[in-house]
Amino acid sequence: MRKMNTEQLIPEIRELAMKACYELDDNVVNAFRDALQREKSEYSRQTLELLIENAEYAKKEQIPCCHDTGVCVVILEIGQEIAWEGMPLFDAVNEGVRQGYRDGYLRKSVVKDPLERVNTGDNTPAVLHTEIVPGDKVTITVMPKGGGSENMGAFTTLVPGEGPEGVKRFVMETIRHAGGKTCPPIIVGVGVGGTMDYCTWIAKKALLRPIGQRHPKPLYAKLEEELLEDINKTGIGTLGMGGTVTALDVHVEYYPCHITALPVAVNLQCHASRHASKTI
Amino acid sequence: MREFKVSLPLTKEEVKKYEIGDVLYLTGYLYTARDAAHKRFEALAAEGKPLPVDLTNQTIFYAGPCPAKPGRTMGSIAPTTSMRMDGFVRMTFEQGMVAMIGKGDRSDEVARLCKEYGGVYLLSIGGASAMISNQVKSCEVVAYEDLGTESVKKLYVENLRVIVGIDTKGQVFQKREIEKYRDFQEG
Repeated sequence: MRKMNTEQLIPEIRELAMKACYELDDNVVNAFRDALQREKSEYSRQTLELLIENAEYAKKEQIPCCHDTGVCVVILEIGQEIAWEGMPLFDAVNEGVRQGYRDGYLRKSVVKDPLERVNTGDNTPAVLHTEIVPGDKVTITVMPKGGGSENMGAFTTLVPGEGPEGVKRFVMETIRHAGGKTCPPIIVGVGVGGTMDYCTWIAKKALLRPIGQRHPKPLYAKLEEELLEDINKTGIGTLGMGGTVTALDVHVEYYPCHITALPVAVNLQCHASRHASKTI
Repeated sequence: MREFKVSLPLTKEEVKKYEIGDVLYLTGYLYTARDAAHKRFEALAAEGKPLPVDLTNQTIFYAGPCPAKPGRTMGSIAPTTSMRMDGFVRMTFEQGMVAMIGKGDRSDEVARLCKEYGGVYLLSIGGASAMISNQVKSCEVVAYEDLGTESVKKLYVENLRVIVGIDTKGQVFQKREIEKYRDFQEG
Protein backbone atom coordinates (compact mmCIF):
# COMPACT_ATOMS: atom_id res chain seq x y z
CA MET A 1 0.00 0.00 0.00
CA ARG A 2 1.07 3.57 -0.68
CA LYS A 3 0.33 5.95 2.15
CA MET A 4 -0.95 9.37 1.17
CA ASN A 5 -2.16 12.31 3.21
CA THR A 6 -5.32 13.94 1.91
CA GLU A 7 -3.68 17.32 2.50
CA GLN A 8 -1.38 16.61 -0.45
CA LEU A 9 -4.41 17.27 -2.65
CA ILE A 10 -4.90 20.86 -1.45
CA PRO A 11 -2.06 22.64 -3.29
CA GLU A 12 -2.61 20.51 -6.39
CA ILE A 13 -6.30 21.39 -6.65
CA ARG A 14 -5.50 25.05 -5.91
CA GLU A 15 -3.08 25.15 -8.85
CA LEU A 16 -5.28 23.15 -11.22
CA ALA A 17 -8.30 25.41 -10.59
CA MET A 18 -6.27 28.49 -11.55
CA LYS A 19 -4.61 26.83 -14.53
CA ALA A 20 -7.93 25.57 -15.86
CA CYS A 21 -9.51 29.03 -15.65
CA TYR A 22 -6.54 30.91 -17.11
CA GLU A 23 -5.41 28.58 -19.89
CA LEU A 24 -7.57 27.01 -22.54
CA ASP A 25 -5.54 24.11 -23.87
CA ASP A 26 -4.21 23.97 -27.44
CA ASN A 27 -6.80 21.39 -28.40
CA VAL A 28 -9.58 23.93 -27.79
CA VAL A 29 -7.82 26.97 -29.28
CA ASN A 30 -6.84 24.99 -32.38
CA ALA A 31 -10.49 23.96 -32.72
CA PHE A 32 -11.39 27.70 -32.76
CA ARG A 33 -8.82 28.19 -35.54
CA ASP A 34 -10.31 25.32 -37.55
CA ALA A 35 -13.79 26.73 -37.01
CA LEU A 36 -12.62 30.11 -38.27
CA GLN A 37 -11.61 28.48 -41.57
CA ARG A 38 -15.00 26.83 -42.00
CA GLU A 39 -17.28 29.59 -40.71
CA LYS A 40 -19.28 31.49 -43.34
CA SER A 41 -20.81 34.25 -41.21
CA GLU A 42 -18.81 37.44 -40.90
CA TYR A 43 -20.25 38.12 -37.41
CA SER A 44 -19.29 34.64 -36.22
CA ARG A 45 -15.82 34.87 -37.79
CA GLN A 46 -15.17 38.15 -35.98
CA THR A 47 -16.29 36.54 -32.73
CA LEU A 48 -14.06 33.50 -33.24
CA GLU A 49 -11.10 35.80 -33.84
CA LEU A 50 -11.92 37.57 -30.58
CA LEU A 51 -12.14 34.24 -28.73
CA ILE A 52 -8.70 33.20 -30.00
CA GLU A 53 -7.25 36.54 -28.95
CA ASN A 54 -9.06 36.26 -25.61
CA ALA A 55 -7.59 32.82 -24.91
CA GLU A 56 -4.06 33.97 -25.74
CA TYR A 57 -4.41 37.15 -23.66
CA ALA A 58 -5.86 35.35 -20.62
CA LYS A 59 -3.01 32.84 -20.65
CA LYS A 60 -0.37 35.55 -20.99
CA GLU A 61 -1.87 37.71 -18.22
CA GLN A 62 -2.86 34.70 -16.07
CA ILE A 63 -6.44 35.90 -15.68
CA PRO A 64 -9.69 33.97 -16.20
CA CYS A 65 -10.52 33.58 -19.90
CA CYS A 66 -14.19 33.52 -18.90
CA HIS A 67 -15.64 35.38 -15.91
CA ASP A 68 -17.93 32.46 -15.09
CA THR A 69 -15.43 30.27 -13.35
CA GLY A 70 -18.30 28.00 -12.55
CA VAL A 71 -19.06 25.27 -10.12
CA CYS A 72 -15.79 23.45 -9.54
CA VAL A 73 -16.19 19.85 -10.63
CA VAL A 74 -13.37 17.72 -9.24
CA ILE A 75 -12.77 14.18 -10.42
CA LEU A 76 -10.43 11.95 -8.43
CA GLU A 77 -9.35 8.64 -9.94
CA ILE A 78 -7.90 6.98 -6.89
CA GLY A 79 -5.64 3.96 -7.10
CA GLN A 80 -6.95 1.14 -4.94
CA GLU A 81 -3.49 0.57 -3.43
CA ILE A 82 -3.56 3.93 -1.64
CA ALA A 83 -4.21 4.13 2.09
CA TRP A 84 -5.33 7.61 3.07
CA GLU A 85 -4.55 9.50 6.24
CA GLY A 86 -5.22 13.09 7.26
CA MET A 87 -8.34 15.24 7.10
CA PRO A 88 -11.52 13.97 5.42
CA LEU A 89 -10.99 13.75 1.66
CA PHE A 90 -13.97 15.99 0.83
CA ASP A 91 -12.68 18.69 3.21
CA ALA A 92 -9.26 18.59 1.54
CA VAL A 93 -10.81 18.93 -1.90
CA ASN A 94 -12.87 21.91 -0.75
CA GLU A 95 -9.83 23.54 0.84
CA GLY A 96 -8.02 23.27 -2.50
CA VAL A 97 -10.98 24.83 -4.29
CA ARG A 98 -11.28 27.57 -1.65
CA GLN A 99 -7.60 28.49 -1.99
CA GLY A 100 -7.62 28.33 -5.77
CA TYR A 101 -10.66 30.57 -6.14
CA ARG A 102 -9.40 33.02 -3.50
CA ASP A 103 -5.77 33.25 -4.59
CA GLY A 104 -6.60 33.06 -8.30
CA TYR A 105 -9.18 35.90 -8.18
CA LEU A 106 -11.76 33.56 -9.63
CA ARG A 107 -15.46 34.34 -9.38
CA LYS A 108 -17.42 32.87 -6.49
CA SER A 109 -20.52 31.49 -8.12
CA VAL A 110 -21.97 29.01 -5.64
CA VAL A 111 -25.01 29.56 -3.40
CA LYS A 112 -25.31 27.54 -0.23
CA ASP A 113 -28.92 26.55 -0.73
CA PRO A 114 -30.67 26.48 -4.11
CA LEU A 115 -33.83 28.06 -2.66
CA GLU A 116 -32.37 30.43 -0.05
CA ARG A 117 -29.62 31.54 -2.48
CA VAL A 118 -26.90 33.01 -0.28
CA ASN A 119 -23.43 32.90 -1.85
CA THR A 120 -20.97 30.69 0.04
CA GLY A 121 -18.28 33.29 -0.69
CA ASP A 122 -15.50 30.84 -1.54
CA ASN A 123 -16.97 28.75 -4.37
CA THR A 124 -17.19 25.66 -2.19
CA PRO A 125 -18.46 23.04 -2.06
CA ALA A 126 -16.99 21.35 -5.10
CA VAL A 127 -18.93 18.71 -6.96
CA LEU A 128 -16.70 15.73 -6.28
CA HIS A 129 -16.65 12.49 -8.25
CA THR A 130 -14.40 9.69 -7.08
CA GLU A 131 -13.56 6.55 -8.94
CA ILE A 132 -11.48 3.69 -7.58
CA VAL A 133 -9.05 2.44 -10.21
CA PRO A 134 -6.15 -0.05 -10.26
CA GLY A 135 -2.71 1.15 -9.15
CA ASP A 136 -1.26 3.46 -6.50
CA LYS A 137 -1.60 6.88 -8.15
CA VAL A 138 -4.25 9.60 -7.97
CA THR A 139 -5.32 11.49 -11.06
CA ILE A 140 -6.94 14.81 -10.23
CA THR A 141 -9.07 16.58 -12.82
CA VAL A 142 -10.46 20.02 -12.12
CA MET A 143 -13.26 21.10 -14.44
CA PRO A 144 -14.79 24.51 -13.71
CA LYS A 145 -18.25 24.36 -15.29
CA GLY A 146 -20.05 27.57 -16.20
CA GLY A 147 -23.76 28.07 -15.69
CA GLY A 148 -24.85 29.08 -19.19
CA SER A 149 -24.05 25.78 -20.82
CA GLU A 150 -24.72 23.54 -17.82
CA ASN A 151 -28.22 24.99 -17.49
CA MET A 152 -29.23 23.78 -20.95
CA GLY A 153 -28.39 20.11 -20.43
CA ALA A 154 -31.20 17.54 -20.55
CA PHE A 155 -32.05 13.96 -19.73
CA THR A 156 -34.72 11.57 -20.96
CA THR A 157 -35.43 7.87 -21.06
CA LEU A 158 -36.44 6.67 -24.49
CA VAL A 159 -38.01 3.31 -25.20
CA PRO A 160 -35.42 0.85 -26.54
CA GLY A 161 -37.13 0.62 -29.95
CA GLU A 162 -36.34 4.26 -30.66
CA GLY A 163 -32.66 3.36 -31.11
CA PRO A 164 -30.02 5.66 -32.57
CA GLU A 165 -32.65 7.78 -34.39
CA GLY A 166 -34.36 8.47 -31.06
CA VAL A 167 -31.04 9.46 -29.51
CA LYS A 168 -30.36 11.85 -32.38
CA ARG A 169 -33.83 13.37 -32.18
CA PHE A 170 -33.46 14.08 -28.45
CA VAL A 171 -29.97 15.56 -28.84
CA MET A 172 -31.15 17.81 -31.67
CA GLU A 173 -34.19 18.99 -29.68
CA THR A 174 -31.87 19.87 -26.81
CA ILE A 175 -29.48 21.77 -29.08
CA ARG A 176 -32.23 23.73 -30.84
CA HIS A 177 -33.82 24.66 -27.54
CA ALA A 178 -30.46 25.80 -26.16
CA GLY A 179 -29.76 27.99 -29.20
CA GLY A 180 -27.16 30.64 -28.44
CA LYS A 181 -27.63 30.49 -24.68
CA THR A 182 -24.87 27.91 -24.21
CA CYS A 183 -22.12 30.12 -25.70
CA PRO A 184 -21.42 28.18 -28.91
CA PRO A 185 -19.32 26.85 -30.50
CA ILE A 186 -20.05 24.09 -28.03
CA ILE A 187 -18.83 20.61 -27.27
CA VAL A 188 -21.71 18.17 -26.90
CA GLY A 189 -21.38 15.34 -24.40
CA VAL A 190 -23.94 12.57 -24.78
CA GLY A 191 -24.44 9.70 -22.37
CA VAL A 192 -26.39 6.67 -23.58
CA GLY A 193 -27.45 3.88 -21.23
CA GLY A 194 -26.72 3.19 -17.57
CA THR A 195 -29.16 4.45 -14.96
CA MET A 196 -30.42 8.03 -14.75
CA ASP A 197 -27.55 9.15 -12.50
CA TYR A 198 -24.84 7.25 -14.37
CA CYS A 199 -26.07 8.38 -17.76
CA THR A 200 -25.66 12.06 -16.84
CA TRP A 201 -22.22 11.34 -15.38
CA ILE A 202 -20.88 9.71 -18.57
CA ALA A 203 -22.33 12.62 -20.57
CA LYS A 204 -20.23 14.98 -18.47
CA LYS A 205 -17.12 12.80 -18.71
CA ALA A 206 -17.54 12.74 -22.49
CA LEU A 207 -16.71 16.47 -22.47
CA LEU A 208 -13.18 15.68 -21.31
CA ARG A 209 -12.32 13.69 -24.42
CA PRO A 210 -10.11 15.76 -26.76
CA ILE A 211 -11.87 17.49 -29.64
CA GLY A 212 -11.41 15.51 -32.84
CA GLN A 213 -11.13 12.10 -31.16
CA ARG A 214 -13.83 9.63 -32.18
CA HIS A 215 -15.39 6.87 -30.10
CA PRO A 216 -13.52 3.59 -30.71
CA LYS A 217 -16.74 1.69 -31.44
CA PRO A 218 -17.89 2.39 -35.04
CA LEU A 219 -21.59 2.58 -34.13
CA TYR A 220 -20.90 5.46 -31.75
CA ALA A 221 -18.27 7.11 -33.95
CA LYS A 222 -20.87 7.24 -36.73
CA LEU A 223 -23.47 8.67 -34.35
CA GLU A 224 -20.99 11.38 -33.34
CA GLU A 225 -20.24 12.32 -36.94
CA GLU A 226 -23.90 12.42 -37.96
CA LEU A 227 -24.84 14.53 -34.97
CA LEU A 228 -21.98 16.94 -35.56
CA GLU A 229 -23.12 17.46 -39.13
CA ASP A 230 -26.76 17.97 -38.13
CA ILE A 231 -25.84 20.40 -35.32
CA ASN A 232 -23.74 22.49 -37.67
CA LYS A 233 -26.70 22.68 -40.07
CA THR A 234 -28.90 24.37 -37.45
CA GLY A 235 -27.40 27.74 -38.36
CA ILE A 236 -27.05 28.76 -34.68
CA GLY A 237 -23.39 29.77 -35.08
CA THR A 238 -20.98 31.37 -32.63
CA LEU A 239 -22.84 32.80 -29.63
CA GLY A 240 -26.08 32.14 -31.50
CA MET A 241 -25.45 34.94 -33.97
CA GLY A 242 -25.88 32.71 -37.00
CA GLY A 243 -23.26 30.64 -38.74
CA THR A 244 -22.07 27.32 -40.04
CA VAL A 245 -20.13 26.20 -36.94
CA THR A 246 -22.28 25.58 -33.86
CA ALA A 247 -20.41 22.63 -32.34
CA LEU A 248 -16.69 21.90 -32.26
CA ASP A 249 -17.37 18.23 -31.59
CA VAL A 250 -19.81 15.64 -30.30
CA HIS A 251 -18.67 12.93 -27.91
CA VAL A 252 -20.93 10.00 -27.09
CA GLU A 253 -20.24 7.53 -24.28
CA TYR A 254 -22.36 4.47 -23.50
CA TYR A 255 -22.89 2.03 -20.66
CA PRO A 256 -24.93 -1.19 -20.43
CA CYS A 257 -28.50 -0.64 -19.29
CA HIS A 258 -31.77 -2.31 -18.32
CA ILE A 259 -33.76 -4.26 -20.92
CA THR A 260 -36.62 -1.76 -20.68
CA ALA A 261 -34.61 1.43 -20.99
CA LEU A 262 -32.71 3.69 -23.34
CA PRO A 263 -31.52 6.57 -21.14
CA VAL A 264 -30.01 9.59 -22.90
CA ALA A 265 -28.30 12.57 -21.28
CA VAL A 266 -26.91 15.66 -22.97
CA ASN A 267 -24.31 17.77 -21.19
CA LEU A 268 -23.26 20.89 -23.04
CA GLN A 269 -19.90 22.62 -22.81
CA CYS A 270 -19.51 26.25 -23.82
CA HIS A 271 -16.54 27.36 -25.92
CA ALA A 272 -14.57 28.03 -22.71
CA SER A 273 -13.88 24.32 -22.27
CA ARG A 274 -11.76 24.36 -19.16
CA HIS A 275 -10.15 21.42 -17.46
CA ALA A 276 -6.75 20.61 -16.03
CA SER A 277 -5.41 17.28 -14.79
CA LYS A 278 -2.43 15.96 -12.90
CA THR A 279 -1.37 12.53 -11.71
CA ILE A 280 0.47 12.24 -8.39
CA MET B 1 -22.18 45.97 -41.25
CA ARG B 2 -22.73 49.51 -39.96
CA GLU B 3 -20.55 50.73 -37.11
CA PHE B 4 -21.18 53.63 -34.71
CA LYS B 5 -19.33 55.28 -31.85
CA VAL B 6 -21.89 55.84 -29.13
CA SER B 7 -21.78 57.90 -25.93
CA LEU B 8 -23.62 56.78 -22.82
CA PRO B 9 -26.15 57.56 -21.50
CA LEU B 10 -28.31 56.86 -24.53
CA THR B 11 -31.70 58.40 -25.15
CA LYS B 12 -34.83 56.89 -26.64
CA GLU B 13 -34.51 59.32 -29.51
CA GLU B 14 -31.00 58.16 -30.31
CA VAL B 15 -31.55 54.40 -30.09
CA LYS B 16 -34.28 54.62 -32.75
CA LYS B 17 -31.62 55.00 -35.44
CA TYR B 18 -29.87 51.72 -34.67
CA GLU B 19 -30.94 48.54 -36.40
CA ILE B 20 -30.25 44.89 -35.75
CA GLY B 21 -26.74 43.88 -36.80
CA ASP B 22 -25.29 47.35 -36.23
CA VAL B 23 -22.04 47.32 -34.28
CA LEU B 24 -21.87 49.96 -31.53
CA TYR B 25 -18.78 51.02 -29.58
CA LEU B 26 -20.08 52.30 -26.26
CA THR B 27 -18.26 54.87 -24.14
CA GLY B 28 -19.56 56.15 -20.81
CA TYR B 29 -21.21 54.91 -17.62
CA LEU B 30 -23.48 51.92 -17.31
CA TYR B 31 -24.67 49.63 -14.51
CA THR B 32 -24.26 45.92 -13.99
CA ALA B 33 -27.22 43.98 -12.60
CA ARG B 34 -28.21 40.36 -12.91
CA ASP B 35 -30.58 37.85 -11.31
CA ALA B 36 -30.35 38.72 -7.62
CA ALA B 37 -30.22 42.52 -8.10
CA HIS B 38 -33.19 42.41 -10.48
CA LYS B 39 -35.17 40.50 -7.90
CA ARG B 40 -34.51 43.25 -5.36
CA PHE B 41 -35.31 45.97 -7.91
CA GLU B 42 -38.62 44.28 -8.57
CA ALA B 43 -39.53 44.10 -4.89
CA LEU B 44 -38.85 47.85 -4.52
CA ALA B 45 -40.71 48.74 -7.72
CA ALA B 46 -43.73 46.70 -6.59
CA GLU B 47 -43.93 48.83 -3.43
CA GLY B 48 -43.50 52.02 -5.43
CA LYS B 49 -40.14 52.70 -3.75
CA PRO B 50 -37.16 54.16 -5.63
CA LEU B 51 -34.42 51.82 -6.83
CA PRO B 52 -30.89 52.34 -5.46
CA VAL B 53 -29.90 53.71 -8.88
CA ASP B 54 -31.97 55.87 -11.19
CA LEU B 55 -32.39 53.88 -14.41
CA THR B 56 -33.62 56.80 -16.52
CA ASN B 57 -31.86 56.54 -19.91
CA GLN B 58 -29.50 53.96 -18.45
CA THR B 59 -27.96 50.82 -19.86
CA ILE B 60 -27.92 47.62 -17.79
CA PHE B 61 -25.12 45.15 -18.42
CA TYR B 62 -26.16 41.65 -17.34
CA ALA B 63 -22.79 40.71 -15.89
CA GLY B 64 -21.08 39.41 -12.79
CA PRO B 65 -17.32 39.89 -13.02
CA CYS B 66 -14.39 38.10 -11.39
CA PRO B 67 -12.52 40.02 -8.69
CA ALA B 68 -9.76 42.18 -10.18
CA LYS B 69 -6.21 40.93 -9.73
CA PRO B 70 -3.92 43.45 -8.03
CA GLY B 71 -2.76 45.96 -10.63
CA ARG B 72 -5.82 45.55 -12.84
CA THR B 73 -8.84 47.88 -12.93
CA MET B 74 -11.32 45.17 -13.72
CA GLY B 75 -11.58 41.43 -13.33
CA SER B 76 -12.69 39.29 -16.26
CA ILE B 77 -16.16 40.35 -17.34
CA ALA B 78 -18.62 39.41 -20.07
CA PRO B 79 -22.39 39.10 -20.38
CA THR B 80 -24.42 36.37 -18.74
CA THR B 81 -27.42 34.61 -20.32
CA SER B 82 -30.06 37.31 -20.76
CA MET B 83 -33.03 34.97 -20.89
CA ARG B 84 -33.07 34.72 -17.10
CA MET B 85 -33.86 38.43 -16.90
CA ASP B 86 -36.73 38.29 -19.42
CA GLY B 87 -39.34 38.50 -16.69
CA PHE B 88 -37.82 41.74 -15.37
CA VAL B 89 -37.65 43.64 -18.67
CA ARG B 90 -41.01 45.39 -18.39
CA MET B 91 -40.16 46.56 -14.86
CA THR B 92 -36.75 47.93 -15.87
CA PHE B 93 -38.22 49.67 -18.93
CA GLU B 94 -40.86 51.19 -16.63
CA GLN B 95 -37.98 52.51 -14.52
CA GLY B 96 -36.56 54.31 -17.54
CA MET B 97 -33.92 51.87 -18.84
CA VAL B 98 -33.11 52.30 -22.53
CA ALA B 99 -30.71 49.44 -23.28
CA MET B 100 -29.72 46.02 -21.96
CA ILE B 101 -26.47 44.25 -22.74
CA GLY B 102 -26.33 40.47 -22.55
CA LYS B 103 -25.88 37.30 -24.53
CA GLY B 104 -28.18 34.75 -26.10
CA ASP B 105 -31.67 34.79 -27.48
CA ARG B 106 -34.67 36.00 -25.55
CA SER B 107 -38.40 35.38 -25.41
CA ASP B 108 -40.64 36.94 -28.06
CA GLU B 109 -42.07 39.04 -25.24
CA VAL B 110 -38.78 40.94 -24.93
CA ALA B 111 -38.92 41.90 -28.61
CA ARG B 112 -42.47 43.17 -28.11
CA LEU B 113 -41.36 45.18 -25.06
CA CYS B 114 -38.43 46.74 -26.97
CA LYS B 115 -40.96 47.95 -29.54
CA GLU B 116 -43.45 49.11 -26.92
CA TYR B 117 -40.93 51.05 -24.83
CA GLY B 118 -38.52 52.07 -27.58
CA GLY B 119 -35.57 50.25 -26.04
CA VAL B 120 -32.85 47.98 -27.40
CA TYR B 121 -31.15 44.69 -26.52
CA LEU B 122 -27.44 44.68 -27.25
CA LEU B 123 -25.24 41.60 -27.63
CA SER B 124 -21.80 41.41 -26.14
CA ILE B 125 -19.60 38.33 -26.50
CA GLY B 126 -20.10 35.67 -23.83
CA GLY B 127 -16.81 34.29 -22.57
CA ALA B 128 -14.55 36.93 -24.16
CA SER B 129 -14.13 38.06 -20.57
CA ALA B 130 -10.38 38.71 -20.41
CA MET B 131 -10.50 41.00 -23.48
CA ILE B 132 -13.68 42.80 -22.43
CA SER B 133 -12.16 43.63 -19.02
CA ASN B 134 -9.77 45.96 -20.89
CA GLN B 135 -12.73 48.06 -22.05
CA VAL B 136 -13.68 48.88 -18.44
CA LYS B 137 -11.83 51.89 -17.07
CA SER B 138 -13.49 52.22 -13.65
CA CYS B 139 -15.70 50.10 -11.43
CA GLU B 140 -17.59 51.10 -8.29
CA VAL B 141 -20.08 49.03 -6.29
CA VAL B 142 -23.16 51.23 -5.90
CA ALA B 143 -25.68 48.83 -4.35
CA TYR B 144 -26.13 45.40 -2.78
CA GLU B 145 -22.50 44.79 -1.89
CA ASP B 146 -23.62 41.68 0.02
CA LEU B 147 -24.37 40.00 -3.31
CA GLY B 148 -20.68 39.78 -4.18
CA THR B 149 -20.29 39.36 -7.93
CA GLU B 150 -24.02 40.05 -8.31
CA SER B 151 -23.87 43.50 -6.71
CA VAL B 152 -24.85 46.56 -8.76
CA LYS B 153 -21.71 48.16 -10.15
CA LYS B 154 -21.24 51.42 -12.00
CA LEU B 155 -18.72 50.92 -14.78
CA TYR B 156 -17.06 53.40 -17.07
CA VAL B 157 -16.54 51.62 -20.37
CA GLU B 158 -14.53 52.76 -23.35
CA ASN B 159 -15.35 51.43 -26.81
CA LEU B 160 -17.26 48.44 -25.50
CA ARG B 161 -18.22 46.60 -28.68
CA VAL B 162 -21.82 45.37 -28.88
CA ILE B 163 -24.13 44.24 -31.69
CA VAL B 164 -27.76 45.37 -31.81
CA GLY B 165 -29.72 42.18 -31.04
CA ILE B 166 -33.24 43.63 -30.80
CA ASP B 167 -34.05 47.08 -32.14
CA THR B 168 -36.88 49.48 -31.37
CA LYS B 169 -38.95 47.97 -34.17
CA GLY B 170 -38.81 44.64 -32.32
CA GLN B 171 -36.67 42.98 -34.97
CA VAL B 172 -34.44 40.13 -33.72
CA PHE B 173 -30.91 39.84 -35.09
CA GLN B 174 -30.29 36.20 -34.19
CA LYS B 175 -33.52 35.02 -35.82
CA ARG B 176 -32.55 36.71 -39.07
CA GLU B 177 -28.97 35.39 -39.03
CA ILE B 178 -29.75 31.81 -37.99
CA GLU B 179 -32.28 31.61 -40.81
CA LYS B 180 -29.54 32.61 -43.27
CA TYR B 181 -27.22 29.80 -42.22
CA ARG B 182 -29.70 26.99 -41.59
CA ASP B 183 -28.93 24.13 -44.02
CA PHE B 184 -26.32 26.41 -45.59
CA GLN B 185 -25.12 25.39 -49.06
CA GLU B 186 -22.05 26.78 -50.75
CA GLY B 187 -22.58 29.12 -53.69
